Amino acid sequence: MYRAKAPSRRLLTALLVAAPLVLAACNQPSYGASRGATTQGQDTFKLWSAMVTIGIVIGGIVAVLILWSVFRYRRRSEEMPKQFHENVPIEILYTVLPIIIVGFLFAFTVLTENNVDATVAAGATVTSTGKPVVDITVTAFQWGWRFDYPGLNVGVAGTTTHGPDNHGPQMVVPAGQTVQITLVSDDVVHGFYVRDFNFSRYAQPGVTNVFDLTVIHTGTYDGQCTQFCGLYHSDMLFSVRAVTPAGFEQWASSEVAAGNTLQAAGAGAGSSASNTPPPNTRQYHSNAAPAPSTKPKALA
Amino acid sequence: MKVEARILVVIGIFFGIIALVYWFTSYEDAGFLMLIGATFLGLFPGAYYLWWSHHMKPRSEDDPTATIEGGSGQIGTFPGSSIWPFIMGMGATATVLTFVFGLWLAPIAGALVLSALIGATVESRRGGTI
Amino acid sequence: MTTTVERPELLTPEPAGGPDAHGPGAHGPGGAAPEHAHHEGPSGIVNWLTSTDHKVIGKSYMITSLVLFFLAGVMALVIRAQLMEPNSSVVSYQTYNELFTMHGSLMLYLFAGPFAFGGLANYIVPLQIGAPDMAFPRLNALSYWLYLGGSITMLSGFLVAGGAASFGWVAYAPLSNATNSPGAGADLWLMALALTGFSAIFTGVNLVATIFYLRAPGMTMFRMPIFTWNMLVTAILILIAFPVLFAAVVMLFCDRHFGTHIFSVQGGGSPILWQQLFWFFGHPEVYILALPYFGMVTEVIPVFSRKPLFGYRGMVFATMSIAALSTGVWAHHMFTTGVVLLPFFSLLSYLIAVPTGIKFFNWIGTMWRGQIAFAVPMLFSIGFLFAFLMGGVTGVLLASPPIDFMTHDTYFVVAHFHQVLVGTAVFAAFAGFYFWYPKMFGRMLRESWGKLHFWSLFVGFWVCYTPQYLLGLHGMPRRIATYAPDTGWTTLNVISTVGAFIMGASFLFFFVNLVVSWARPVPAGSNPWDGHTLEWFTTSPPPHHNYTHLPPIRSERPTWDYNHPEHRTVITHRTPGAPPDQPKELTGAPS
Ligand SMILES: [Cu+2]
Repeated sequence: MYRAKAPSRRLLTALLVAAPLVLAACNQPSYGASRGATTQGQDTFKLWSAMVTIGIVIGGIVAVLILWSVFRYRRRSEEMPKQFHENVPIEILYTVLPIIIVGFLFAFTVLTENNVDATVAAGATVTSTGKPVVDITVTAFQWGWRFDYPGLNVGVAGTTTHGPDNHGPQMVVPAGQTVQITLVSDDVVHGFYVRDFNFSRYAQPGVTNVFDLTVIHTGTYDGQCTQFCGLYHSDMLFSVRAVTPAGFEQWASSEVAAGNTLQAAGAGAGSSASNTPPPNTRQYHSNAAPAPSTKPKALA
Repeated sequence: MKVEARILVVIGIFFGIIALVYWFTSYEDAGFLMLIGATFLGLFPGAYYLWWSHHMKPRSEDDPTATIEGGSGQIGTFPGSSIWPFIMGMGATATVLTFVFGLWLAPIAGALVLSALIGATVESRRGGTI
Repeated sequence: MTTTVERPELLTPEPAGGPDAHGPGAHGPGGAAPEHAHHEGPSGIVNWLTSTDHKVIGKSYMITSLVLFFLAGVMALVIRAQLMEPNSSVVSYQTYNELFTMHGSLMLYLFAGPFAFGGLANYIVPLQIGAPDMAFPRLNALSYWLYLGGSITMLSGFLVAGGAASFGWVAYAPLSNATNSPGAGADLWLMALALTGFSAIFTGVNLVATIFYLRAPGMTMFRMPIFTWNMLVTAILILIAFPVLFAAVVMLFCDRHFGTHIFSVQGGGSPILWQQLFWFFGHPEVYILALPYFGMVTEVIPVFSRKPLFGYRGMVFATMSIAALSTGVWAHHMFTTGVVLLPFFSLLSYLIAVPTGIKFFNWIGTMWRGQIAFAVPMLFSIGFLFAFLMGGVTGVLLASPPIDFMTHDTYFVVAHFHQVLVGTAVFAAFAGFYFWYPKMFGRMLRESWGKLHFWSLFVGFWVCYTPQYLLGLHGMPRRIATYAPDTGWTTLNVISTVGAFIMGASFLFFFVNLVVSWARPVPAGSNPWDGHTLEWFTTSPPPHHNYTHLPPIRSERPTWDYNHPEHRTVITHRTPGAPPDQPKELTGAPS
């Protein structure tokens, strides 16, 4: 009786150890993940780090219990072990305790989720901190991305069927300002994913997804389509460059000057749902023919 | 039979509750309808078994004190071997391939399925379960 | 030709049976020649084509699904070879997409499920409840032929113009429509699902009917072995999930060929509907693949610990609640669609951790203070415990929508579900295979080769999948055919590929084991492991219609009670009407 209760006590101790870790947000271990380049991504990171810590503690306890029973009770004699088959108090304990832990994790999840999913009211031009909101419509298509800035009359598009060395089109955003992304797809389901933002969202035909990103520091962040979308899924790269608000203004006017306006981008590559890659496709990955066909493998 | 019936009824009730919670939190119809389907999957056979468990003769497999001798007698009749499941399986495969490769496969598929149906029926008349 | 089957006779325990009494084979009639000598069925290929014996069908299922498992494994090795270095060109993009689609489809639709419910369950469940066969033997045979037809249909995609299906095993609309995925390969894939779906539904019906109607006298529901319990729950899940898959497949086929617009925006349909339908099937399917394997491990651990299962009732209710919850969590695969109700699906997904935890503690409680022998089935079971622990903990992380946003469709998820599925459908599957092989073939597999098989698989497993968690966290999406050198993913991919090839090599030891054990047979006897449940009471392999004699069934381990009368399982609270002559001092908790 006494011995079998030990695991639950260890579990309680572990929870007490884990709680301060949850609170001490600054120096949380990353466990290989990005610490988040956006405010939303940082919220997700805090949840991630805390949950992995709790997971390691609980998983570790279970692993130690398994190892202990395996090594301690390995067969050393032909003596018959006691044929016990239940211990109701312990069984109730390891039913109720996980429910409490799960409730705690769920509460933490909901709080984080509310922060990550919070969006500036549609149509608002400034955030609560008085900074302007930049609206960007991101359109995914086979195979590339289009970034339209309706407020600035800027549109940037790029097809990406050039192999993974091509880094695809770039979405430029002002650092420190909230960007509201409207995500749509021209054809199949794609995934908008930036590793350093700790965030992804499907771009789907028939669905318009809206979410906010607030990039904290200037810099370039790599993104990629994560939802399998056909032949050139692997090449569907893009990047996000965060610049200073002044640099952002400058960039916008230079794009307009270069003719990368909304109409130009819309009329450009990839606005159709066609299955045929654009003519500049380089199928460098093919191992058979040196100058392969630009079409996907003949389909019926 | 009571335990079996209760399992099915509880499945039905559980999915009924989940379906209602889901509907009133999301108003999403596809998931709601599938959950209602699962509710009926539990309730229909469950209700029948529950009714039947009160009307049937007590079974030795439900009786914890039943003895092997007490339960002796005939279990049932079982088919020893039959070619018709194989013919039916090939007929079904040919049928779906008709949808892919065209109607020229339809006579073959039809012949296989039909002969299996007839063959299995004739075989069953001579006794045995499906 | 039909046979009327009488109830088997009682075999009373010999009062002098000591702890080393290993099975009724040592005592008499159970091991005697079967009385069904009059059953002279056909042999060879004709027997294979016409048999309605659940044992023959079960073996056919197992052999077919293992062949498909090795094919899918070879595809996985090609995939890992392609990903070993950046800008790799082992295969073209198109071939790569076909390979990962078929790898997933073969593993999930044609191996993991059919091996469990068509193979082992088909063979073992009637034995465990003392039944002569499945309730509908000819329907059972039809299940197998539909399954074989479906498997050939799916594989034949590689032979048609345009190649096999290449839209992933989930076939998301509208990528799977006629514009984006033309060609016969996709149609063959859909038709294969229709066939194997019906095969699964028939097996599900058969299992439920068998368990409800063909139990031996005294085999009450709460005396059934846990494997049988899990198969009952799995069968009910099959009946909930597979009709939805079939409906979705028919709708998609109509969209592709008959001009409907169920899943296309242009025609007023909804692509999201495919995801709803698919995952309403797909998540229960995950548990259809997992629960039978939980059952196998739950049979193995008590036998090799020489103890009854700890918390039998808790185990049954845990299985039922996992199954029930699993049908209410489908949209946790759709968190990043932005159109599903996050808290509902998140909470239900989290709650699955509770019954899963109960199972873990029950397995530990069973080993606790036991006498654990490390035979090969037990090694694979312990391997399963660790694999599933890791997969389970990462699964709890993924139940949180923000963490899912962060890791969805990256290698983190790939690592998670491979650890879960390899933990169950490979480690636990081979625990079950090594455990019941002596019963099925009457001969033992070699322990030494089995141990080599286990340890190489175990090492390869961790080397292969642990780096994939990190790759996902470093931003590598799933289903990409290649990546650029400057992503920094190369080293981890090399390690993962090495692990995959170690796993591949481990199956060479398995083949050697099969060949050696077959060439120089070591007879198994009816009860080589000192088993607990009814199947160890009959001969190995069992006679036609399984039993000539049965022991009294007074607990969930009748064979053990028969062989160890002084260590009988006495579970008074579970059998209120049980005879009063049972000793009481053996119940209860350790003091
Ligand atoms: Cu894409």
